[in-house]
Order: sequence, then structure tokens, then C-alpha cells
Amino acid sequence: MADQLIHQLLIPVLYIVAIVLPLIIAVAMFVYWERKVIGWMHVRMGPNKIGPFGLLQAFADVVKLLIKEVILPTNANKFLYYLAPLLTLIPALAAWAVIPFSSKMVLSNANAGVLYLLAMTSLGVYGIILAGWASNSRYALLGAMRSAAQVISYELAMGLCLVCVLVLAGSLNLTDIVNAQAGHKGLFDWFWLPLLPVFVIYFISGVAETNRAPFDVAEGESEIVAGFHVEYSGSAFAIFFLAEYANMILVSFLAAILFMGGWLSPFPDTWGFIGQGGFIWLFIKAFLFAFMFLWFRATFPRYRYDQIMRLGWKVLIPIAIVWVLVAGCMKYFGWVSVGMGA
Amino acid sequence: MNPQLFQLICFYAFGFVTVAAALSVITLKNSVHAVLALVLTFFSTACLWMLADAEFLALALIVVYVGAVMVLFLFVVMMLDIDQEKMREGFVKFLPIGLIVAIVMLVEMLGLIGVRAMHAQVMGADPAAAAGTSNTAWLGRALYTQYLLPFEIAALILTVGVVAAVALTLRQRSDMRHESASQQVSVNPRDRIRIVKMAAERPAGESPASPQESKP
Repeated sequence: MADQLIHQLLIPVLYIVAIVLPLIIAVAMFVYWERKVIGWMHVRMGPNKIGPFGLLQAFADVVKLLIKEVILPTNANKFLYYLAPLLTLIPALAAWAVIPFSSKMVLSNANAGVLYLLAMTSLGVYGIILAGWASNSRYALLGAMRSAAQVISYELAMGLCLVCVLVLAGSLNLTDIVNAQAGHKGLFDWFWLPLLPVFVIYFISGVAETNRAPFDVAEGESEIVAGFHVEYSGSAFAIFFLAEYANMILVSFLAAILFMGGWLSPFPDTWGFIGQGGFIWLFIKAFLFAFMFLWFRATFPRYRYDQIMRLGWKVLIPIAIVWVLVAGCMKYFGWVSVGMGA
Repeated sequence: MNPQLFQLICFYAFGFVTVAAALSVITLKNSVHAVLALVLTFFSTACLWMLADAEFLALALIVVYVGAVMVLFLFVVMMLDIDQEKMREGFVKFLPIGLIVAIVMLVEMLGLIGVRAMHAQVMGADPAAAAGTSNTAWLGRALYTQYLLPFEIAALILTVGVVAAVALTLRQRSDMRHESASQQVSVNPRDRIRIVKMAAERPAGESPASPQESKP
């Protein structure tokens, strides 16, 4: 009885801790890396005072945020005001349950993994809307409205991109999707090549879904000061921050898993040591995508709201729909090799 | 703890949350809270379906209803300024009608459950489990082979609905100004700004106009 309880309850909890704890540390280091990279791109030093090379800056910020007071605005809806940060954080963390880190390392090898991911990422928008509404502030409400419209629009484009991947892989299971990209030609077997336009659309939608620059009109510091979380301070703000960065890392991992072969090596499998797959490859790929988020932020000016909508509905979604058809043809006529057998 | 018992406990827990949330949808005073209770109802219904191995339906319910439809609902309700007292005025007057509708729905549902129960005895076990595939894979195969025509007809009806909704709401107003993206993109910079080449220094004879000198 006790044995069973340990097996069924304690071990999954340990696995969850083993994913969430490194994730939170990764978020802290990612924030530091973002400030460093953007600093270099601006010809500045970036944070360099706290710890060696400023490495402890993010932890100092966390401590600062945690000991600050959480302020409740006048006439704010108290229950929803405190619930909103949690509603953004919980889906952002829950989505990590189905991410396969290598061929054996996955917490939940769910059959409908991609659907589960779509469901979890679509829940995150509630936190933003409720934060905007419950704050009883005009700027926050404007940010929430913008964010809701944007996230729903780009979810469609993202969903259509996932459909293309599913058609080629023939499975909703993320481990199977990576295995379908295996082959003898290394990186030319991955789905980015047959699905190149969709891959670009997926990443653009991912940037828009996470409300990051150049699609960060939900925050829009220069127009609506900080959007939906303008009234939040202290640890409540820290939770929003954590959720946003966890989502960015999630989108980077997904781009690597769905289009860039996950844990597979980019070199042909005949090349010995470096031809073997392993979680280190997944981390390198995800790191490159995460870097692109920062690169975009330092490079592009913010899109106007109507431009974002036009890009989503009139450019990305039609291209993705056409490519669903193309992917169907590729699968039907066998133009793409899927899996090791081909 | 054996799995069956745990599943049963989960079923009753999710069922309780579903019913409680559904009741609070119609009893809560704040309409935003009511919409959120409806979201919780959908979510726990999805959990119930997940328990019944209907994973595709459960996740589709979350993606479509919780993730998109209810967000738009919430969006509209947040913008409305509803007078709660006025909304409650006709409660007693309309109560009998509401009760009749509720009873009719209850009878219909019980009838449906009865028919399904009789069918289950005839049809046997879950076809997905019998085929040895997941619920999603089986559903996809059935929809795209056995039920292709009804599926395509449903898709066509939905497309017509989308086009109709856009056509109904899109009114061309002559007194409104619109931006044309194609015109914006095809603007020639020379029409907007003129760059004048100037010498970096003034010619030797000209003295700079300092504020002191310009004073009368």
C-alpha cells in the first residue's frame, strides 16, 4: 500500500519538481541573458555589478520583487486581481508536462500531446484579460483587449502550422513527431525543409502569442504604459514575468521539437559521436530560438495594432491554409521521407 | 488505493465541481464571475470526458470553447454595464416558463441516456479500444473515411455561416475613413520628404545670428 503510494504519487511529483525547478532557474538566467544581449546590441555593458559578470542580477531582482508590497488598486476586484497572475502561470507550467527532452525523457507521453499543448496555451489568455479587467484601470483594460484579440488571432495561424506537422508526422504524440523526423541525412530530414513557410509562420505566431516585441502591443510601454499588468507590483508582477518567460522558452522548445528534429543530431548518423541524438541537441536548438526572441526585440520597432491584425489574418493564415494542402500532397505522393525506415 | 476506486472518486469530484459551477453561472450576481463559472463548467466537463477516455473531445472542448469562444464572451461581458437589479425584476414572472423548459430538457436527456444505454448493450465495448488505437486516431479515421460526406457537408455549412456572419456585420459606411494598406506601402518617400544638401559650415563672410545680436 505504502509502496504503491510512493510509486504512484511521489515519483511523478519528483519528476515535476525536476522539470519546474530548472525551468525557473532557466527563466532567471534567460532574463539575465536578455539584458546582456540587448545591452551588447545597444553597445552597452548590460548588468555587470552583482556577482561575477553580473550573473546574480536576476536573483537580486527576484528578491527585490518578493519583498515589495503588493498593491491593490481602489475598487479593484480583489479575488480576480489575485487570481489572474496564477491563471497565467499555471498553464505556462502545465504545458511542460508533455515536452519530450530525449527519446526516453518525458513526463507524460500523452497520445494527444499537441492538442494538450494547444489547450494549455489557449488558457493563458484568461490571466491577461482578468488582470486587465480586475485592475480597474483604463490602461490595463486596453492592454487586455489588445492582448485577447491578438492571442486569439495568432492561435489560429499557429494551429494551422501544427496541422501541417501532424499531417507529415501522422501522430499527435510529440515523441512520435520527433521520431518521424529521424533519418540518415541529418538536418535535411527535419520538417523545417518541407514546411519552411509554415516554420516561419509558427515562430512569428509564437512571438505574437507570448506578447513579445515586435508584437508587444499588450504592454506597449510608450502608449499604455505597461498594459495589462500596469497595476501589479511585487510578487504578483514577478509571477506575470515568470509566466511570460516560461512561455517564451516553451515556444522555443516547441519550435525545436516540431520543426528542428527535437533531440536528434543535425549530422548524419554515420558520423559517430556527434551523429548521435541527445537532450543536449534539443537544448542547443531551443537556446538559439530563445536568442531569436531577444534579437527580434532589439531589432524591430513595434507593429501597429491594425498591422498585427492584417499580418495575422490576411497573410499568415492564408499561407498556412495553402501549406496544409501542400503538406497533404507531400504525404499522399510520398515526397517526404518519414522516420528511419525511408 | 486501487485505480478503479480512485477514478470513481475523481469522477464524483469533477462532477461535483461541474454541477456547482453550472449552478453558480445562473446564481452569481456579477456577470463576469458568471462567465468565469461557465469556463470552470466547461473545464471540469473536459476533465470528466478525459476520465471516460474521450481525450479528443475533452481537449477540443478546451481549445474551442474555453480558449476561444469564452474569451470572446468574457470580452463582451466586460464591456457591458449591466444593471443587475433590473435583470432580476421578472424572475418570479418567468419562473414557470423556465421550469417547463428545464423539465422538458431533463426528460429529453433521460430519454437519450436510456437509448444510449440500450445501444451500449447491443454495440458492445468502445470501438477505439477494440481497434487498439487512441480515441483521437480512431475518431479521425472514422470521420475521414466512413463519415466523409457528412463531415464535409458540416464543414461547408460552417464556412457559409462564417461568410454570412462577416457579410452581416460588415457595413460600408461612407462617412468613415479607412486606411488602405496597398496605398500605404506604395508611397514614394520623395513625395513626403525633401532632403536638402547643405554645407556643414557657414561661408566666411556670414556672422552667426546670436541671441544677443538679434535683440532690438
